[in-house]
Amino acid sequence: MSQNYRLDNNGLINRDKKISFKFNGKNYFGYEGDTLASALIANGIHLVGRSFKYHRPRGFFGAGVDEPYAMVQLIRNNESIPNVRATEQELFEGLEAKSVNCWPNVNFDIGAINNFLNKFFPAGFYYKTFMWPRSFWYKVYEPIIRKTAGFGVVSTNHDQERYEHKYEYCDLLVAGSGPSGLASAYAAAQNGARVILAEDKPRFGGSLLTSEVSIGNQSGQEWVKNIISELKSMPNVTVKNRSQVFGYYDHNMLVMSERISDHLPKTKKYTPKQRLWYIRAKEALISSGSIERPLVFGNNDTPGVMLSSAAKEYLKIYGVLAGKKPLVFTNNDSGYETAIEFKKNGIDPVILDTRKDPSSEIVNEAKSLNIDIKFSYVVVAAKGYKKVKSADIAKISDDKKQLSQIENINCDCICVSGFWTPTIHLASQSGNKTKFNEDIDAFIPGQSKQNETVLGSAKGIFTLEETLKNSFEKGNELSKKITNKENKISLPSVVEKKYTNHDKFWCVPLPEGKNYKRFLDFQNDVAVTDVELALREGYRSIEHVKRYTTLGMATDQGKTSNLNGLQLVSDVENKVVPQVGHTTFRPPYTPVSIGAIVGREIGKHSKPTRKSPMHSWHEKNNAVFVDAGVWLRPRYYKQGNENLFEGSKREAKNVRQNVGVCDVTTLGKIDIKGPDAAELLNRVYTNAWLKLPVGKARYGAMLREDGIVMDDGTTTRISENHYHMTTTTAQAANVLSHLEYYLQLVWPELNVNVVSTTEQWAGAAIAGPKSRDVLQKLFPDLNVSSEGLPFMGYIKGNLFGVNARIYRISFSGELAYEVNVESDNGNFMWEKIMEVGKEFNIQPYGTEALSTLRIEMGHVAGSELDGRTIPYDNSLEGLVSKKKDFIGKRSLNKTAYIAQDRQKVVGVVPLDKKTSIPEGSYLVKDANAKLPNPKLGHVSASCWSVEYDNPFSLAILKDGKNMIGKKLFALSPVKNISIPVEIVSSHYVDPKGERVRS
Amino acid sequence: MLHIKCPHCGLRSQNEFSYGGDATVKRPELNKEVSDQDWDNFVYLRKSPRGKHLELWQHISGCRQWIKVERDTLTHEIFKTLKANEEI
Ligand SMILES: [Zn+2]
Repeated sequence: MSQNYRLDNNGLINRDKKISFKFNGKNYFGYEGDTLASALIANGIHLVGRSFKYHRPRGFFGAGVDEPYAMVQLIRNNESIPNVRATEQELFEGLEAKSVNCWPNVNFDIGAINNFLNKFFPAGFYYKTFMWPRSFWYKVYEPIIRKTAGFGVVSTNHDQERYEHKYEYCDLLVAGSGPSGLASAYAAAQNGARVILAEDKPRFGGSLLTSEVSIGNQSGQEWVKNIISELKSMPNVTVKNRSQVFGYYDHNMLVMSERISDHLPKTKKYTPKQRLWYIRAKEALISSGSIERPLVFGNNDTPGVMLSSAAKEYLKIYGVLAGKKPLVFTNNDSGYETAIEFKKNGIDPVILDTRKDPSSEIVNEAKSLNIDIKFSYVVVAAKGYKKVKSADIAKISDDKKQLSQIENINCDCICVSGFWTPTIHLASQSGNKTKFNEDIDAFIPGQSKQNETVLGSAKGIFTLEETLKNSFEKGNELSKKITNKENKISLPSVVEKKYTNHDKFWCVPLPEGKNYKRFLDFQNDVAVTDVELALREGYRSIEHVKRYTTLGMATDQGKTSNLNGLQLVSDVENKVVPQVGHTTFRPPYTPVSIGAIVGREIGKHSKPTRKSPMHSWHEKNNAVFVDAGVWLRPRYYKQGNENLFEGSKREAKNVRQNVGVCDVTTLGKIDIKGPDAAELLNRVYTNAWLKLPVGKARYGAMLREDGIVMDDGTTTRISENHYHMTTTTAQAANVLSHLEYYLQLVWPELNVNVVSTTEQWAGAAIAGPKSRDVLQKLFPDLNVSSEGLPFMGYIKGNLFGVNARIYRISFSGELAYEVNVESDNGNFMWEKIMEVGKEFNIQPYGTEALSTLRIEMGHVAGSELDGRTIPYDNSLEGLVSKKKDFIGKRSLNKTAYIAQDRQKVVGVVPLDKKTSIPEGSYLVKDANAKLPNPKLGHVSASCWSVEYDNPFSLAILKDGKNMIGKKLFALSPVKNISIPVEIVSSHYVDPKGERVRS
Repeated sequence: MLHIKCPHCGLRSQNEFSYGGDATVKRPELNKEVSDQDWDNFVYLRKSPRGKHLELWQHISGCRQWIKVERDTLTHEIFKTLKANEEI
């Protein structure tokens, strides 16, 4: 298929390299360097989609990030990507794209009936209409609206692409590579500053690529090329294209998304698709340029109506004609540049200038080229449905209120220019209080809030010479401050055309008897009448008008619509624009893919994985692992076809009957040293610590200041001023910070040091009636009898040549020991334990058996110490000293804490001795009571008691002390079951604790 | 992301720190009579000022020191950072 709208020789594309692509199922070709938009226009395709609300035909309006219409579903390497702007997507071999928001297809769209019903779709329509009857919303309205609204389709497949994050520091970050960006980056680079220059587009140069200027006797394009190649050669400069600085955050942190592979058919191996840069810049130079404003007239959304600057860009960069009979509708000199470019390429444009008698260099040039110019003329309405066919035009009175006789003029595109809007988003995000500039009818940045400096047209400077002069100066001045070096460069001579004033006119009045839609927001279909209605209904704040009408709320965030919306509000309200103010600019400036935001932190990489030194042994022995915080712990060791229930029951039983070994490396360990160590423990724990002898361990609980139990564990006195504290796996980090808080801020007079040694020690718990036999085999020279190593005793040992610490402590309630060795020796220790334990039928046990053992012994753990319970609730009141003060003690006398019917931990057994009680179940008196059924307590942990071979649970129950022997119901609304239960003592097995002391 | 100057380590990004609340709160001394009101004020009641706020941060992924940071809660501007034992 031939490219009817492609010129033979204009542009920066590579005509030697053809690229084939598919749009809506048809094959086309373009050239290397095209965007999807330029290639489609070259092929005469002007209809690419349907609008959001009325499903009106949509073409191309811009040529870059500001594009409100041309969003497509892109298929790249078997991935389907929604809402890709065709004006930004570079063409690659095999690209496939489809129109969105149309059914059954873009040429015949059933939803377009909304267009003919449009008087039923005014602002706030959804709010007003679909509220009644209420049930209809879910059943009728919402499903239909969902089907006809929205743009692209999100893929439900896992994204196979790789995304990265990068943290970077620099002296100057320059956002935008137009004249101001290049000049400031160049000046700063000469002073030796570390500079990052970021350009959103594939090509550097911004407006210099399309303007007829000369800088130091070079064309704009040549100057760009030379500056960029010099910057790239400098070691202190990073130059990035396809990189959008989209957010300005606190303390000069700017975030940039780099599209590394989006322009390629496939991401290269070892390369990410996109990279997110977190850049901490000493100075941020914002050279983000400006975006042309549309003029508002009837049917100004018809395909073929586009920004004049976009038409010029298609001509000058892509060699593509937006039309062959162009009409240029302008209120300023910019439109003339587009018209002249058409003329130079053999196309005769017509210019409608709203001004009466402008006089400038460029107007004179257009006149001398014999371009047909009509002054004081406006486009009243575009004609044509799927493409502009003609335009109704008219002369307008000097006060811009009266239209003369309507004339019709043939044309196939209407290029509009309503002057320029500085892109102030980044500055505004920084906190810059912007101000309205009457000369350009737009907001420009005011006083800097952070270290941001705005340059060029983003600041409202529209002449090249002033832009370059100011940007060289700023780049030099800001970098000099940082590097203390100055290598000043002189301003090159600049030749450019001088502009004359623009016309403040922006909206064409409706002719008598006509009711054309005049759109302000092209993506969300917000027309002049919608805003007028919102104001009539009493909306005043611009933020409310925005939300009610959805003006500026689409994916383009109103880049082309905001100012005209403000103009309208101020006109209707008889205010000036600065009184109306603008809505808040929030990051991101352009949409950022979720993949880039997430980066590498997905799946297994979403958090670090910690493994014990014995991990490989567990793996080799069929451990089934479970996530315990960031640790991977064996849940059970699978034998044959065992499931979790069978495996953990076997392991727990073996501990009760013989001996088992459990990897307890994950327990938090804190080394505490110093003459005041005992005093610290005495203040932190609820029980007394001053008289603990060397070589002894003690169990303790610590509270928060509000009396809630924070953690429990044992601490052992290793030597005179040296203690070894253990914490639960989950609370290890918090407990360390807690100790540091009190030592550094509250009691700095205490001479104590604390440090985490969790990583330094590998731990194995050996538990069961035969554990002493195993220990004796491990340490044949030690006296491990009840006298030699009594309950809560501690000794050092030598484990086949390896230093070991042996603690006689028990979590399982059995006779048990915990052996610690340096981490590097963990595997050696484990293998030795398994080796010497063989004759005693030792088996490893995992976290599931560990839970079973502690639950049936009534030992509280994380599920009871859940941040809502005090010592009494956990039956730890015996541990609370009456004599001394400690953290949280003062809170324990609160009325609720000392209530007679205070909750307490109890045991729960199902009456049928068969039905396991789901964790989280509610305990209630009457299973069939009316809702809300008063909740007496909740089941915190459940197991299958291996001692009694029936289910057993722990629960926190109101008035638990007096509830033993009572019959209640355990309700699980989640599982929809109710189980009759009996309340028993939480100490289900060995209530006197004889086994641990045996 | 804030940029916090640890008095021990220098300027570091916020993700190395963890927030620790109001730095002006003083814990009542141990073993001293405290009224219910004073104790409740200490445990629960915090000001939530719009503007300057002296707060605690811990440099958990650095030197592990608790530090004091004077920060504007509205603009996030940081005026001063202090060691644990220093007063503003
Ligand atoms: Zn530090």
